[in-house]
Amino acid sequence: MRWLHRYTCLLAAATLLLITAGGMVTSTSSGLSVPDWPTTYGYQMFAFPLNRMVGGIFYEHGHRLIASAVGFLTIGLVVFLWRVEPRRWVRRLGWLALAAVIAQGVLGGLTVLFLLPDPISISHAGLAQIFFCLTVTLALVTSRTWLRPTRPSVDDASLRTRMVWLTALVYVQVLLGATMRHTGAGLAIPTFPLAFGHLLPPVWTTPIAIHFSHRVGALVVTILALANIATVWSRHRGHPELTRPALLLLLEIATQITLGALVVLTARQPIINTLHVATGALVLVTSLVLTLRTFRVRFIQAVPAS
Amino acid sequence: MRTRLLAPSLLLGTLATFAACASPAPPPAPAPKGKRVDPATAGSISGTVTFAGRKPAPRYLNMGSDPACVEAVGARPRDQAVVIANNGALANVFVYVKAGLDPDYTFDTPTTVVSLEQKGCEYVPRVIGVRVGQPIEVTNDDPTFHNVHAVSTINQPFNRGQPMQGSRERHVFTAPEVMVEFKCDVHRWMTAWIGVVAHPFFAVTGADGSFRLDGLPPGTYTIEAWHETFGTKTATVTVGPSQAQLTSFTFTAAKTGK
Repeated sequence: MRWLHRYTCLLAAATLLLITAGGMVTSTSSGLSVPDWPTTYGYQMFAFPLNRMVGGIFYEHGHRLIASAVGFLTIGLVVFLWRVEPRRWVRRLGWLALAAVIAQGVLGGLTVLFLLPDPISISHAGLAQIFFCLTVTLALVTSRTWLRPTRPSVDDASLRTRMVWLTALVYVQVLLGATMRHTGAGLAIPTFPLAFGHLLPPVWTTPIAIHFSHRVGALVVTILALANIATVWSRHRGHPELTRPALLLLLEIATQITLGALVVLTARQPIINTLHVATGALVLVTSLVLTLRTFRVRFIQAVPAS
Repeated sequence: MRTRLLAPSLLLGTLATFAACASPAPPPAPAPKGKRVDPATAGSISGTVTFAGRKPAPRYLNMGSDPACVEAVGARPRDQAVVIANNGALANVFVYVKAGLDPDYTFDTPTTVVSLEQKGCEYVPRVIGVRVGQPIEVTNDDPTFHNVHAVSTINQPFNRGQPMQGSRERHVFTAPEVMVEFKCDVHRWMTAWIGVVAHPFFAVTGADGSFRLDGLPPGTYTIEAWHETFGTKTATVTVGPSQAQLTSFTFTAAKTGK
């Protein structure tokens, strides 16, 4: 079981790398630098010469290679779960992850072949986060602290509800960010923290509305996250399984807001833009981990160690 | 009796069909209907496009992401988006008749191929005009990968790879559109602009900023000058029979028009 946990951690880390690579593809506008799919300029994907990975091809083809590695790791995960995991719902989660990664690959191909239509590109970005959530969930539920907790789990119904809300809102915020990125609304409001010198934009267009929604979303997420973190700190300080992710969430949100401001102030510098995408993903999964741990008490079925 | 006649009839019918299909002299394509410009009364509009005010500081491209580009033109060649001569003449401006042409006029579609090269990891020329239905051929002259990505809203957008030096790709636009952007997503700095029009009255300014629209039938026209950085300017010009009209456009740093 310990090796299964390590394997799921590896998959989750590879998925974060994949999301980061995808962020670099969009941030450098390299999405169409390889016009064909699943081939790369007519080459079978793994036969494409590495020394020809120049310019935008480096990001796009690199993203495809990492995606393939994640795909193979996910197939391995399903086999691993089938061999060693006694919980049926966990095995099913593995199958779900495999379905998600296959759908994600198809969406990635379609968005290239159809010249990056916004709905497909945004779906690709949204499904990437769901897949990351699945891998992190698998890593969590195969961990020793989940299987054999050293102290009784927290049973706080109101915190559970608010954590579910927070995770859902973070996901909506991630989707808004993806919509902003793929519709080219990232600099629709080119000033920060005010919008054209005002609290509310004096002019409204669709890109400005999308951009402003993302800013409002950040504010809502931050307020709810601070409230939940304060609850964890005040009510459950003796539970490091909650205080640690809560503290991490606080740090990530502070980093994410700073990066968001820098994205605007640097006019979407590709590395900062990408770090904003990756940190957004980390905020989502940290919130998810905290949420799942508030639900730990519900998982009463004991699991024998393998 | 009927069955006996059926086979020869079918044979004869088939032979007749083949004979008709193999007819060596198809009827000539009918000439396009509509008015033709009378060369005896055709006039022209010519002039120059200039830039007034403080010239923007030159910008330099960073081609470091592809050694083949660096080898061809150096790591930081000058960006050709804005080319202004010392006397203010502005190059790469697409000037065309935007409105005013009698829609009854018809023009033969040229069969000459308009050439667009990818050379030194830049599109050469940067701005061109083509007619609806006229073939345009894009060539990769570089020893590296390019993709030709047409960003158009009226015509069908496309994205095609040109991985080999010497690769050629022909394309025909089916509707007027000013402008269609050609991008290379491998090399983000690579851009070309194609003005697609349904008539022959267009020009692209050279280094001296001059343009000339010949063969215009008498009439009053809206002439538009388009520049990728500075936007558009329009002028209304009336051309009398056989008249040569002069008009000029002056751009400033602020982007105007659409």
